[in-house]
Amino acid sequence: MVSVQPLRNETVRAEDRAQEADRPTSEVAFFGADKPLKLDAGGTLSPFQIAYKTYGTLNGERSNAVLICHALTGDQHVANVHPVTKKPGWWETLVGPGRPVDTERYFVICANVIGGCMGTTGPASTNPATGHPWGLDFPVITIRDMVRAQAMLLDHLGIDTLFAVVGGSMGGMQVLQWAESFPDRVFCALPIACATRHSAQNIAFHEVGRQAIMADPEWRGGRYHLEGTNPRRGLAVARMGAHITYLSDAALHRKFGRRFQDRENPTFSFDADFEVESYLRHQGSSFVERFDANSYLYLTRAMDYFDLAADHNGVLANAFKGTPTRFCVISFTSDWLFPTSESRAIVHALNAASARVSFAEIVTDKGHDAFLLDEPEMFGIVRGFLEGAGKARGLSPRKI
Amino acid sequence: MLSRTDPKLTVSNIARTPGGARVDLVLVADMVAHGAKVLDVGCGDGELLRLLSETRGVDGRGIELSREGVNEGVAKGLAVIQGDADTDLADYPDDAFDYVILSQTLQATRNPRVVLEHMLRIGRRAIVSFPNFGHWTVRLQLLFFGHMPQTDMLPYHWYDTPNIHHCTIKDFRQLCTDIGVKMEKAVALNAWGTPLRLNAPWWFWNLFGEQAVFLLSRKT
Repeated sequence: MVSVQPLRNETVRAEDRAQEADRPTSEVAFFGADKPLKLDAGGTLSPFQIAYKTYGTLNGERSNAVLICHALTGDQHVANVHPVTKKPGWWETLVGPGRPVDTERYFVICANVIGGCMGTTGPASTNPATGHPWGLDFPVITIRDMVRAQAMLLDHLGIDTLFAVVGGSMGGMQVLQWAESFPDRVFCALPIACATRHSAQNIAFHEVGRQAIMADPEWRGGRYHLEGTNPRRGLAVARMGAHITYLSDAALHRKFGRRFQDRENPTFSFDADFEVESYLRHQGSSFVERFDANSYLYLTRAMDYFDLAADHNGVLANAFKGTPTRFCVISFTSDWLFPTSESRAIVHALNAASARVSFAEIVTDKGHDAFLLDEPEMFGIVRGFLEGAGKARGLSPRKI
Repeated sequence: MLSRTDPKLTVSNIARTPGGARVDLVLVADMVAHGAKVLDVGCGDGELLRLLSETRGVDGRGIELSREGVNEGVAKGLAVIQGDADTDLADYPDDAFDYVILSQTLQATRNPRVVLEHMLRIGRRAIVSFPNFGHWTVRLQLLFFGHMPQTDMLPYHWYDTPNIHHCTIKDFRQLCTDIGVKMEKAVALNAWGTPLRLNAPWWFWNLFGEQAVFLLSRKT
């Protein structure tokens, strides 16, 4: 059994998080009964809300909007201090004043996805029909549902065409879905460390995570909010397992090796003797402070169902036929969750569709997580690609 | 002084004016129509693509094997992908480009004939430039000194060269005949980067041309 030590101020944070699900610390767009969200699973979600953040200023032509799509456990707080964890924004290395996605030049929008737990309607939100959290009554959602909701947000904001859509991992899936569903609304697309379908191995990892949550007696069939429990252990184990897939053998060895944690010798027990164990336990316990277990079930499921080619009789190139969008595909050498071969498949399909595509593979030992980390080569590529596209789009050069 | 953005770049004024872009690149650019759709196979750091977009306003794409070259090209805002001429051209549909360019790369491909055939399938025209292995300095080094030639254009040792399929101008013409390709235009440059006389006989080009640039199209 994994011990999940409560962090300090745990109860305060749990309340913060519960609060964020319905009344987030960010802008919120409400969509009433007149604007239902159509779902792939059939039926609609209505009413619903989208929590989002914006940075920078929309220009007069409304042509400089950039949508950032977040990954599985991300949220709308891409470039500001997180209201629950008080940590810096999750992509502040890439997005901000003077950064490659320059908020002094672009109008940046980042929205929490449908099914998330940071203010956009998801299983942790209150179901208006019952007054209780949705739990497993929430409909199963897909990547396309997320994108459809984001498109409704753009309509709400009066933005017709995005200059760019940028995202990594599950965010990259949304980028690809955007380009497929709304080619005329996306001037350029940057899918990073992602794939057009979730592989069998990745579905398998997700299933382990979900089973860990559901095996926790505190999960209570998803009704933990009502019963006053929290499947902390299950969600922590899910996070620990997933976190390993975000790293690489080389990175783990470099960071931890076989070093012991605060001790000289092994204790011959099941304590966290090794630094790597201690690190993973911390990853698990800090994650449960900010994330909802049911939300984790829904979002991993959405990734599992993602298969862009399947919607086009298995021919990926047809998903992008005649696309006017410019693409910049980026992968990382040590990413074994979304390996370069997956990105190359995207590039082949785009070539076959005669799309304008750039593709770079970046050498790093940091694994899948590299897209969130300090990777100067990636920054140079994103900056150069956006500047080139900006010129073609007629955006005024960066203010100096 | 020559400016790379000069729209009236011609081979002759480049050859006379030092300090411009590489002569062979300007020669290639000269063969490309304004606003064409171009694929540069083995585009290096994207120098030719940049020249083409600045002087010819082309819609350019590139394939490059080396990761450094690709990343440099993408950071310049060019549409460059990491890939291999020998394996990746097969993924492109027919007639996707007006021109497919292979600049100083033919001799480094594993299967030059297949690469050339793909180029003329993907593009309506192909432009190929390569170092001429029939140049007199190459012949002399082998004849008198008995070792593999090293020149400014072929700076490698035999054991570290990426160039595995050298050919002469004569060989290349033969290949074009064999696969039924039409030679629309050809230029040979001497060791000083000056074009040889157009009315010179082929054997003269093959002996005194250090490199050659061919504009090819399908024989229909």
